Amino acid sequence: MYKYDSYDQAMVDARVAEFRDQCERRLSGKLSEDQFKPLRLMNGLYLQLHAYMLRVAIPYGTLDSRQMHALADIADKYDRGYGHFTTRQNIQYNWIKLEDAADILADLAKVEMHAIQTSGNCIRNISSDHFAGAAADEVVDPRPYAELLRQWSSFHPEFSYLPRKFKIAVIASEQDRAAMRLHDIGINIVRGPGGDLGAAFYVGGGMGRTPMIAPCIREFVPLDQLVTYSEACLRVYNRHGRRDNKYKARIKILVHEMGAEEYARQVEAEFAHLLEQGVEPPLAELERIKPFFDLPEEVANAADAPQAESPGSELAEWILANTHKHKNPAFVSAVISLKPVGGIPGDATAEQMHVMADLAKEYGFDELRVMHTQNIVLPHVRKADLPALFAKLQDASLATANLDAIDDIIACPGLDYCSLANARSIPVAQKISRRFAESGKAKELGKLKLKISGCINACGHHHAGHIGILGVDRKGVENYQLLLGGSEAEDVSLAKITGPGFDEDGVVDAIETVTDLYMREREDGERFLDTYRRLGMAPFKEALYG
Amino acid sequence: MAEPTNSPAGGGLGTGRDEVQLRFREDDLPPNAQVTVDAFLEQDDATAVRVEPGDDARDLLPHLGRIRLVEVNFPVFGDGRGYSAARLLREEGYTGELRAVGDVLVDQIAYMRRCGFDSFAPERPLDEADVKAAFDRFPHAYQAAADNAVPIWKLRHG
Repeated sequence: MYKYDSYDQAMVDARVAEFRDQCERRLSGKLSEDQFKPLRLMNGLYLQLHAYMLRVAIPYGTLDSRQMHALADIADKYDRGYGHFTTRQNIQYNWIKLEDAADILADLAKVEMHAIQTSGNCIRNISSDHFAGAAADEVVDPRPYAELLRQWSSFHPEFSYLPRKFKIAVIASEQDRAAMRLHDIGINIVRGPGGDLGAAFYVGGGMGRTPMIAPCIREFVPLDQLVTYSEACLRVYNRHGRRDNKYKARIKILVHEMGAEEYARQVEAEFAHLLEQGVEPPLAELERIKPFFDLPEEVANAADAPQAESPGSELAEWILANTHKHKNPAFVSAVISLKPVGGIPGDATAEQMHVMADLAKEYGFDELRVMHTQNIVLPHVRKADLPALFAKLQDASLATANLDAIDDIIACPGLDYCSLANARSIPVAQKISRRFAESGKAKELGKLKLKISGCINACGHHHAGHIGILGVDRKGVENYQLLLGGSEAEDVSLAKITGPGFDEDGVVDAIETVTDLYMREREDGERFLDTYRRLGMAPFKEALYG
Repeated sequence: MAEPTNSPAGGGLGTGRDEVQLRFREDDLPPNAQVTVDAFLEQDDATAVRVEPGDDARDLLPHLGRIRLVEVNFPVFGDGRGYSAARLLREEGYTGELRAVGDVLVDQIAYMRRCGFDSFAPERPLDEADVKAAFDRFPHAYQAAADNAVPIWKLRHG
């Protein structure tokens, strides 16, 4: 866990004071709503349908029990007793008063947290692999690089009024668990031909109304040039990104219109110039950051015997579904599902947050992660502790065994909360989850990623779902389009629309239709996505529309 | 942060975009820029120029020696192209006055200062107490830019 030094703490404290001042100027009428809006947005404060919404940054999704307890306390003190974990690996509260906003930031600052740049046209919270530091397949822990970039991007004077929002993800394995190529910049830490570590830069990906997969614009940036290269990428975007139309202002449009080669050429020119400017922190700074992310010694060295589970038990099922291979075979990463059958994806009560914090302390070496799939991970759990952990999760209704199953749904808040949405997402997610859990098909289907967005902005990542659902408004009636064949992982692809949309119940039936077809047609070991890729759209369309 | 100097009317507030409200330079106030980048490039004797958001500040690089004032216009505060324009002029060695004009808000001036602006002529005058608070707010900066601020990484590593 990265720990603030006095410099980091002073910056966050200063930000609290600044935002308190900005809120006071707004409340006294000194700032107009138009002037206040970009300022509050740059601090994660939205005005939604019913109230203000505050989005709190959880850099690369990593937090400790003290911080999770603080998030629970905020839910109790300033909200209605719950919080919503989002696809940006952060948490948002839906019922905030403007008068309380600065006090919440002050409470956060006490536990080294903030809401800096969680919204607005600036560089957003940096996301990463939720199994970072624990995964058996990683080249290196990507989070020190993410932390280096977090600091670089915080209060960046040149890039705080960009054409649009800007999202960066950093990973370091071949398996992509952070949707890296669907970010404005995706960075993959790799070993170069000589064995040295460096970064592959993918620029210009994203979802939204014009989904695009980021092309690789540089296969290897040496580690001591990471910040400089990022700065060059951003400067070309700030200077040349479109500002005439907010829907065309993302960097993916620039890279697409300019061409990846020309964009890369301009970045290289800017990079060569910036290398002379001394913007790069020395490698010593990276070396200072790294030890904060070291595996606890006990996790690195322990070698106890794995516990034998009785096959077919609930515990064994949960272990099979919700744990991930750890670099030390005595350990696993354990996923706490925030997707109970019929629940609201990503929501947790204050009480559940306290439970998760306590369990992290007791069994998880005091560390938790927020996943972009809206679940929580305990990255380092001793295999021998799994029965005890599972029992306590059951007591808190947090033991659903459905990681990456059809009912592990990503869903945006939709029309129930969001002022941008055209359709509700939550009730659709609830109906699907109930239908497939109750029929037992959820388990039979195996790995099937289903993602729902309530509008074209794609916060629910519907383009990247093996099955995606997009809610649209058709003449005042909520209508749901079905998409097939997307993936956010290393086999990245964009889902395609099947055809005319469905009403709320119709789309649930439609999912049953396509998954039934899959179960009839699948070959050994094929996921839904693999079968779809092998067969193509035609048979699915035929089954849906006859 | 230095106190603003050379403000017109003994440090009083300016009233329009041609009025300089804040200035962090000791030299004499140059005449205002009345020419666009295109017009500037066609004149051999112009010493001041106004950069609009779509202009390429790099076009000015061959002429930096004769420029005393570059005004960078922010027609709307949310258009951040001027920040990059300012930084790259400073990075290329421009030492004349760099003035932010237009829809310049108090919450932006500290960032603008970091990007190399050393004078400000906001359309709507800024509250002086708010200006002072804005410049005094952050004790340090995380990143190197076009000002003298020592980035935190340098403070950590000497």
